[in-house]
Amino acid sequence: MELSILVFLAGGLFLGWALGANDAANVFGTAVGTRMIDFVTAATVCSIFVILGAVISGAGTTETLGKLGTITALPGAFSAAVSAAITVYIMTHWGLPVSTSQAIVGAIVGWNLFSGSTTDMGTLATIVSAWLFCPLLAGLMAASLLPLVSWTLRKTKPHLLRLDQATRWALLLAGAFGAYSLGANNIANVMGVFVPTSPFGTIQWGTFLTLNSVQLLFLLGGVAIAVGVFTYSRRVMMTVGNDLFQLSPVAAWVVVIAHSVVLFVFASKGLSSLLAGANLPQLPLVPVSSSQAVVGAILGIGLLKGGAGIRWRVLGGIGIGWVTTPVCAGLVCLVILFVLKNVFGQTVYL
Amino acid sequence: MFFKNNSSLLGRTRKLEAQVDQFLDKVNQCGKAFSAAFQIYLENGVVEDFDRYLGEVQTIEHEADDLRRNIELELYRRTLIPDLRGDVLQLLENIDDLTNIYKADLFRISVQQPDILEEFRADFLELARTAVACVDSLVAAARSFFTDIDAVRDNIREVVRLESDADRISSPLQRKIFSSDLDLAHKTNLRYFVERIDELANQAEDVADQLAIYAIKRRI
Repeated sequence: MELSILVFLAGGLFLGWALGANDAANVFGTAVGTRMIDFVTAATVCSIFVILGAVISGAGTTETLGKLGTITALPGAFSAAVSAAITVYIMTHWGLPVSTSQAIVGAIVGWNLFSGSTTDMGTLATIVSAWLFCPLLAGLMAASLLPLVSWTLRKTKPHLLRLDQATRWALLLAGAFGAYSLGANNIANVMGVFVPTSPFGTIQWGTFLTLNSVQLLFLLGGVAIAVGVFTYSRRVMMTVGNDLFQLSPVAAWVVVIAHSVVLFVFASKGLSSLLAGANLPQLPLVPVSSSQAVVGAILGIGLLKGGAGIRWRVLGGIGIGWVTTPVCAGLVCLVILFVLKNVFGQTVYL
Repeated sequence: MFFKNNSSLLGRTRKLEAQVDQFLDKVNQCGKAFSAAFQIYLENGVVEDFDRYLGEVQTIEHEADDLRRNIELELYRRTLIPDLRGDVLQLLENIDDLTNIYKADLFRISVQQPDILEEFRADFLELARTAVACVDSLVAAARSFFTDIDAVRDNIREVVRLESDADRISSPLQRKIFSSDLDLAHKTNLRYFVERIDELANQAEDVADQLAIYAIKRRI
């Protein structure tokens, strides 16, 4: 493999690293921050399941991003990934709510504009509506699940210590499911733009394990996310854990489950086919924001408890982020594409 | 290996649950022994049976201390119930203080041997029984905190009711003591024991108030 290919892929790997560093906290933050689960166990489970989710179920959301814009040259894909990563870094640095999903969509639209390709407005509308729907669905799910769990606990009356033990296991399992969903839903952000120009072939290990070029790309992205989890997520987890500490561990479990289910339903091709088979309305397979799903779930619980103490400014911030993140990523992408094309003489589109 | 570790973890959790129950049982036992010793004192003074019950209270109090220390150590060593650990430790320590009061009251009676006249005995006995019932209700509330959070409020209500009953007995009793012909030293000595016994109910109510807050935090 040429060195230049690796350099171009590094853009996506950097984005994967940033995603692992930040979003693993949405899955295991409370459990680790409150010391219900130790960091090494959480990071190991998270990494394994992120990779599994990416390789097994990552294709659905990638197809949707592909419909938005098919980046036809590796340097172009690099520009999109790096501009998304830069946007995430800058907005995080300024303390603004940001999501890799929104950044990559902005970057793809930026590439479309630069290359003169048409942006499928139908797909864009589907993606934006999924962003709006994601926190709403997570909030609804958390607000429905919490009374159910609460009722079950009141009926079964487990001893506080046994409940504590059970909650630890529940948080670990929910975390594994959350990590799988995160990998399945968000791998498209990290590696989706490289799919049309994937430099890999198909690899077969033994009789059963065959990975095609896209799955290899997702495996690489999954590993980058795992590196982000192990190298940088601990601090974020401790912060998230302490921020969410007002939630009881059981409520935190509800939040993780609601977040994971939402990410899963927006990623699973199997579920989508199942719903289609039963003539039920299908949800689009769209990369959504893991952080916003968590915020939605917490707000759902807050509203269920009467709405006191909800910081409505956080909601306003998310709304602004839906516009500022893609616009910022699109602009950065235009600048990078211009520099790569005119300064470094790279082919950024075919 | 995984399942072996898991089952041993479950075993240790069950052992800790049993220790919490044993600790609360000790507080009940301490109250029973205190009541029995106090009744014997009112009827016969410091006799062999009184000393036997005093010894029993001292032993139970010591065992309760050991159990409490074990529970606290285990909670911290295994980082159990991280969100409520501080509350649970405070609760157990405050309840443990009540066994100290049982022991200290009997010890003071044994040393000072207050002369409780016949006319005051029924009230003293009633006060002691009410105070012990108040502590027992607190113990029931603490048990509910661990297993049945909805029952905490009812048990706390019972603690508050019994504390008021104890006040209703102790105030007229003190008036009766001070309106009698006894000399001031005798009156002061008797009032001291009224207050000491009433203190059990007062302290139980204070702990119950804290427990009400812990119970709100425990609700999800």
